[in-house]
Amino acid sequence: MRTEIRSDAATYNDTVVRQFAIMTIVWGVVGMLVGVVIAAQLAFPALNFDLPWLSYGRLRPLHTNSVIFAFGGCALFATSYYAVQRTCQTRLFAGPLATFTFWGWQAVIVAAAISLPLGYTSGKEYAELEWPIDILITLVWVSYAVVFFGTLFTRKVRHIYVANWFFGAFILTVALLHVVNSAAIPAGPMKSYSVYAGVQDAMVQWWYGHNAVGFFLTAGFLGMMYYFVPKQIGRPVYSYRLSIVHFWALIFTYMWAGPHHLHYTALPDWAQSLGMVFSLILLAPSWGGMINGVMTLSGAWHKLREDPILRFMIVSLSFYGMSTFEGPMMAIKTVNALSHYTDWTIGHVHSGALGWVGLISMGSLYYLIPRLFGRDTMYSVRAIEIHFWVATIGIVLYAVSMWVSGVTQGLMWRSVEPDGTLTYSFVESVKASYPYYYVRLIGGLLYLTGMVIMAWNVAMTVTGGKPVAVPVLRAPAHA
Amino acid sequence: MDILYLLVPLSVVLVLAITGLLAWAVSNGQFDEIEREGQRILLDDTEP
Repeated sequence: MRTEIRSDAATYNDTVVRQFAIMTIVWGVVGMLVGVVIAAQLAFPALNFDLPWLSYGRLRPLHTNSVIFAFGGCALFATSYYAVQRTCQTRLFAGPLATFTFWGWQAVIVAAAISLPLGYTSGKEYAELEWPIDILITLVWVSYAVVFFGTLFTRKVRHIYVANWFFGAFILTVALLHVVNSAAIPAGPMKSYSVYAGVQDAMVQWWYGHNAVGFFLTAGFLGMMYYFVPKQIGRPVYSYRLSIVHFWALIFTYMWAGPHHLHYTALPDWAQSLGMVFSLILLAPSWGGMINGVMTLSGAWHKLREDPILRFMIVSLSFYGMSTFEGPMMAIKTVNALSHYTDWTIGHVHSGALGWVGLISMGSLYYLIPRLFGRDTMYSVRAIEIHFWVATIGIVLYAVSMWVSGVTQGLMWRSVEPDGTLTYSFVESVKASYPYYYVRLIGGLLYLTGMVIMAWNVAMTVTGGKPVAVPVLRAPAHA
Repeated sequence: MDILYLLVPLSVVLVLAITGLLAWAVSNGQFDEIEREGQRILLDDTEP
């Protein structure tokens, strides 16, 4: 079943894919470096240098924004633009608009990198950027939606591949979340007040926050997974039917889980319980998808020994499984009573972020980069191997140290004497956390080292290759 | 908790929209011959 290629055919718009792919690497190094700096500041507070611009409080949002929206965002733009063109067998819709999404998104990132250290923040976690930047984000995101859905609507194949459903849900939901949560009244060029107040604001914030995790960091990267894992293995996804069920089950339930971030707060009890129940239900579709991804390898397990790129993808799915098990557990109120506000949450987030989001992006980029620059493989396959091991050891050190630190903190905070007084003062729990902060710093350093190895490998691959134009596949005749 | 009067209806509207989309996808025949569709992405390699 050979599909022929038209010699005079139009080509895919891979320029914007190349741009986003390269910037993913750049922002990955920057964002992870800032992460290592703030991890070092927690272990050695003197590293704040008494300078406001370098203080932990200002660098922490810079870290989260640059890894989530700069590194993760660029990876999602690159992979979704690449996959949607291939699966729809058509060139990207509205090319100039796609170019605008690239430059606009880079402008957002640079604006964040300047305004956050200067202290401009709306104070909303993962939505810290002030209103002028928020407006630019909205413009870029609407353009992204036009380009993506325009491509989808002009597709040459009738069926919409499952990855596109995930990418589409991610784009639409993030637009809605961003607009509702960032609604604010400007009070100056770089100052605004949220239109919501008090616990109302908290609820909107975590409706946003949780769904940002659900749709930005999960649905988007699942789209990546459902395209690049089968491509790398060279086999269709284990059960295509299950992947469809995974999609619909996930988007029906995710929207309701946000209140688990507000257990034991002023939020009504029933809303907390609702959030907890939906969080538990989420375990089912998540594990269905995880098993589906891993089982795509069934019958070809030997490839795991030979192909380091595949190892990135499969280990990333294992971390997806681990964090989507841990998440629902932590959403149970009694478990949350121990884990909330402790480093356990940091460990959970990073097993998802470093393990799932990071590794699947790196695996997909290792697939993409040689193809985008006309090479058969990356410059050094051995370096991919080293990157894999350095990154994996780094994640394990990071997650385990934060689990132990978190449980220690939780137990110390809740410990009471027979007369009802607290056994430990808060600062004693801080002191008890120090050993784990050193281990976390080592873990983060290892992960950053892996990213630097990747950057070197990509630079060598790109300089030795040249951009190639790939002709659009002629739509096969089908019923 | 007036905010729940916004968020809960908003989420219900979304569920209805998603249901509508699912109904469209099913009636459009998106999920007929479903396993074959999973194979198709492997045929789109056009590397020079």
